[in-house]
Amino acid sequence: MALLELRDLSKRFGGLQALDRVNLTVDDGMIASLIGPNGAGKTTLFNTLTGLYAPDEGEIEFQNRSLVGLKPDKITSAGISRTFQNIRLFSHMTVLENVLVGMHSHLHLRLTEIILRTKNCQLREEEARRRATELIELTGLAGREGEWAHQLSYGEQRRLEIARALAAQPKLLLLDEPTAGMNTTEAQSLMALFKQLIGSYVRAILLIEHNMRVVMGISHRVHVLDYGEKIAEGHPDEVRQDPRVIEAYLGQGAWVEHAQR
Amino acid sequence: MKGSVAPIGVLVYIVVSSVLAYLHPQSVLAFLLFESSLLLIYYLPAQPKMKFILGAMVLLVLLPILGFINAYYLEVAVQVGIYVALALGLNIVVGFVGLLNLGFVAFYAIGAYLWAIFGSPQANEFIAGGFFPLAPYWFFIFLVFSIVVGAMTGVLLGLPVLRLRGDYLAVVTLGFAEVVRALVNNLDKPINFTNGPKGISPIEKPPLFFQPALEFFGAQIAAAKLYPLYFYFLVLFLVLIIIFVTRQLEDSRIGRAWKAIRDDEIAAAAMGIPVVRMKLLGFAVGASFASAVGVLFAAKQVFINPESFTFMESIGVLAMVILGGMGSIPGAILGATGVTILNLQLLKGLSLWLNSVRQSGAVLSLPFLGSFALDQIPVQFEPAKYERMVFGLILIVMMIFRPQGILPPRQDKRN
Repeated sequence: MALLELRDLSKRFGGLQALDRVNLTVDDGMIASLIGPNGAGKTTLFNTLTGLYAPDEGEIEFQNRSLVGLKPDKITSAGISRTFQNIRLFSHMTVLENVLVGMHSHLHLRLTEIILRTKNCQLREEEARRRATELIELTGLAGREGEWAHQLSYGEQRRLEIARALAAQPKLLLLDEPTAGMNTTEAQSLMALFKQLIGSYVRAILLIEHNMRVVMGISHRVHVLDYGEKIAEGHPDEVRQDPRVIEAYLGQGAWVEHAQR
Repeated sequence: MKGSVAPIGVLVYIVVSSVLAYLHPQSVLAFLLFESSLLLIYYLPAQPKMKFILGAMVLLVLLPILGFINAYYLEVAVQVGIYVALALGLNIVVGFVGLLNLGFVAFYAIGAYLWAIFGSPQANEFIAGGFFPLAPYWFFIFLVFSIVVGAMTGVLLGLPVLRLRGDYLAVVTLGFAEVVRALVNNLDKPINFTNGPKGISPIEKPPLFFQPALEFFGAQIAAAKLYPLYFYFLVLFLVLIIIFVTRQLEDSRIGRAWKAIRDDEIAAAAMGIPVVRMKLLGFAVGASFASAVGVLFAAKQVFINPESFTFMESIGVLAMVILGGMGSIPGAILGATGVTILNLQLLKGLSLWLNSVRQSGAVLSLPFLGSFALDQIPVQFEPAKYERMVFGLILIVMMIFRPQGILPPRQDKRN
């Protein structure tokens, strides 16, 4: 069953066609990857999907419901949350607070309830804290709850972004280059985490990634973008052999050399 | 046993400093020593309960007693309370939500004029029937009402300007405050709403509803002697409520949403926070604090005019927040207290001292420079006259050595 379906999604920035009638489906229980050379429109696709940009044309359907025109916070409540390529943590808040912010849309409390600290409010806060601590442990940050987010190392900050995104209880998790700047061991432990997330925490993952070892290792399906257009889609092994993909990455003629080798 | 040494030390300090202030009612130094006992209590490594008892002793018992002897102490305390309330309100907007507001005093003015107009004969100018001034008990109704009015004006200003960020927002808020000031300055014709630059007076004070009870217990105290105490307790009560509300909000989903918006608006939106609504809420809460304290200010002053609500006032409150540490409740309180005491007591005290030195007629003989008669010190040299300069110097020094403020937000307590 399709969890997310993009139909003919287009986005233009002035003369630049950032997304050109992109069709893409993410099924339940699936880890899908989005790859492509720099400037192919991968992050633009994420930004359009999460409501930071409004699409010029096309349809975004999530659980058979259109998301076009919704504000980012509504899209998060609908069940899509994301991480950012250039880490965007709340740097002057603690690790725990960062994760708690992710729970905002699930923590409905009235202003009067908060000011009076009613029993209900206390219970909900405690429950939120407990869940946040659990997510912090899951992402391997146990014991760092009280530190400022900006004090964490680069890899830890990436993990915290994942914990924060999970706090929103998404059905679909969007990860923008989650292993960028990590070494092989770190990347491998993240891959294991992603596999663990499917089914237990989220229903599907769509990730942008440049590390081909990660892409080929965990994706059920790979989508390739180039100049805003989707040029290929399929099982990792199929995509790896696709001449258009090799051309997009290595330039014209590369396919011939590749075949000759 | 070891843990009780520090509390006993502080207790001794409190007793000694209050006895000193009691014996020397005119001494600024003695009162300053007494005031610093609150800071000591804050830093005291003891149980919150112990700190609470000590703080209550100073604020509820000792200060009123001292104030009864020297009403000026209460005047200082009330001023401090008013600025603490304003700084806490602005701290929500600037420190939590991260929106630079240079016109915060506008909300203060709105609250003050709200009670000034209806709590004085002024409203008779445009409402026929001679209902005004309203009876003193209306003060309390207006205090609550001003919270609503303040919140509404906060939202009203917020709606159009919250699309702006940083410098642009700051300029628009500054403009808003100037518009409010220009309005109160000029709304004396064709219909006289505000009495223009002449100001409004006399403004009703809140009712002395407890006076019969005091008399019943045999305490015959003149109203003039009671009012300073009364205002002191009103301000204290208001400040405590504001601290309480701010603390509850800070440690809730709302406070976290505010700080998230401050740190990264895009990420905050992506985490499910309705950014515009939360910003408006921050504006409204901050504005409602300012406008409630404005009502109190009008009642205390009896007379107000637009001069009390200038741009320098906004800047002063902002400086208190920055000095104390943006986004920190103890910081805002300390910043407001420190700056107000500096203005009202320290600089004035220095001026008085300089005057006495000048009048003593002593001659200072300096090596190589010859002698210098102290009565030659120019009048322009009075510290009270360059309060803003001293203030600016302190801010510059702070920005160099401690840009995060004196008491920046702490990370440990929020776990």
